[in-house]
Amino acid sequence: MPGLITMDDLTNEEIISILDDAERLLPVAKGDTYLPLLQGKILGNLFFEPSTRTRMSFETAMKRLGGDVVNLGDVKTSSVVKGETLFDTIQMVDGYTDIIAMRHPRQGAAQYASDSAQVPIMNGGDGAGHHPTQTMLDLFTIRQAHGRLDGLNVVLAGDLRYGRTVHSLSHALVRFGCNVTFASPESLRMPEEIVNDLKAHGAEVIETTNLLEQINNADVIYMTRIQKERFPDEDEYAKVAGAYKLHARDLDGAKENMIIMHPLPRVDEIHPSVDATRHAFYFEQAFNGVVARMSLMCWLLGVKVPESIAGGGSE
Amino acid sequence: MSQESNMRRVTAIKNGTVIDHIPSGKALSVLKMLGIDGGMSNPISMVMNVPSQKMGGKDIIKVEDRELTQHELDRLALVAPDASVAIIRSYAVAEKMEINLTDEVVNVARCTFSNCITTNPMEPLPHRLILTKREPLELRCRYCGKNQEIDKLVDNLL
Repeated sequence: MPGLITMDDLTNEEIISILDDAERLLPVAKGDTYLPLLQGKILGNLFFEPSTRTRMSFETAMKRLGGDVVNLGDVKTSSVVKGETLFDTIQMVDGYTDIIAMRHPRQGAAQYASDSAQVPIMNGGDGAGHHPTQTMLDLFTIRQAHGRLDGLNVVLAGDLRYGRTVHSLSHALVRFGCNVTFASPESLRMPEEIVNDLKAHGAEVIETTNLLEQINNADVIYMTRIQKERFPDEDEYAKVAGAYKLHARDLDGAKENMIIMHPLPRVDEIHPSVDATRHAFYFEQAFNGVVARMSLMCWLLGVKVPESIAGGGSE
Repeated sequence: MSQESNMRRVTAIKNGTVIDHIPSGKALSVLKMLGIDGGMSNPISMVMNVPSQKMGGKDIIKVEDRELTQHELDRLALVAPDASVAIIRSYAVAEKMEINLTDEVVNVARCTFSNCITTNPMEPLPHRLILTKREPLELRCRYCGKNQEIDKLVDNLL
């Protein structure tokens, strides 16, 4: 059954349709309306790697829609430590559930699981590979703020090499005609094969090491966390990462409606002073994880979201 | 140097398989891909870096008393896609075979990316490499999506 492994699994029309459904589901996501569209359905949460937001938002999404959730639990106490293959784990959970959300440290695990399963697999992150459900909520957030997806100037900043979130998102942005700028340290540049793919799609890609120069022209700045362990020593980290931090004072020349996003958790790449500015959108973004995943699960399970939902409909 | 004199660098074989037009220096990889090593009893002859009008330089392998199957030959597409293959019977070419580079290379080699899910040897699904470009050869793992390091694939043969 089709799942969502990479953004290539969805056409632009399908993405827009899922985002439209998500917008109508907002009152359900907020708990203002109860709409058990997925009553009787069970989500299998298979997180082989730590996750807070993604796992909880999948769980919340399923419960808001009247369905139930079973969890793999702690990997350290599951059959995985006994050496069970992913194939075998999937065979078991496939029989227990109607849909699976999965995160795995190995790249390609989601496609592998999808090839092993009957139920739809939703990729919640595979190594440094893809994270398409995050991309859905990111697109939802961008559209919510700007009213459109096309023609925006989007700056992706920080760790672009290992950050799977920005890999999936950059593909999607280019498909919708956004201009993408990659701002990262030399050693954490966007992988060449992704840049080549984007260029093959006709995108103009700008790569720079200077984030601050890009602020005034941006409609969206998408920050990511630079991890200390990517650098040989603490001094090198401090020297490089310092250039990829945002403070409220850096935003004086920014466009009025520019938004700052972050997949969270953040460490110090966005100073708390930014939280109070009109540009801060990362907490809305985190909330949108619920509604985007609600809509996606309905779509994957073939459940139609009503055209009109009591309690407000769209914003 | 003529084609004929190249072939005479090693004795003509009575029965077996001749693989010609292997890119210069790749003969050892071809032997490895075919699973041919010192543990076999039939004679193998190999010449490397001989002049070739078509290719500049080339390698040639002759395997005596063994007719390679199409399936075995298709594995060679990863290192010698343009090699020409002849089955020899009683000193004469009995059959000419072609190496086919298919759109998907299944269970020939393991993905070269160290963090791919398929690096666990216990995982049972087939190893699948998708052809994305013929010239120069580019393959991408179906699962992790990584472009393959073609030179390394020879070390990852199944």
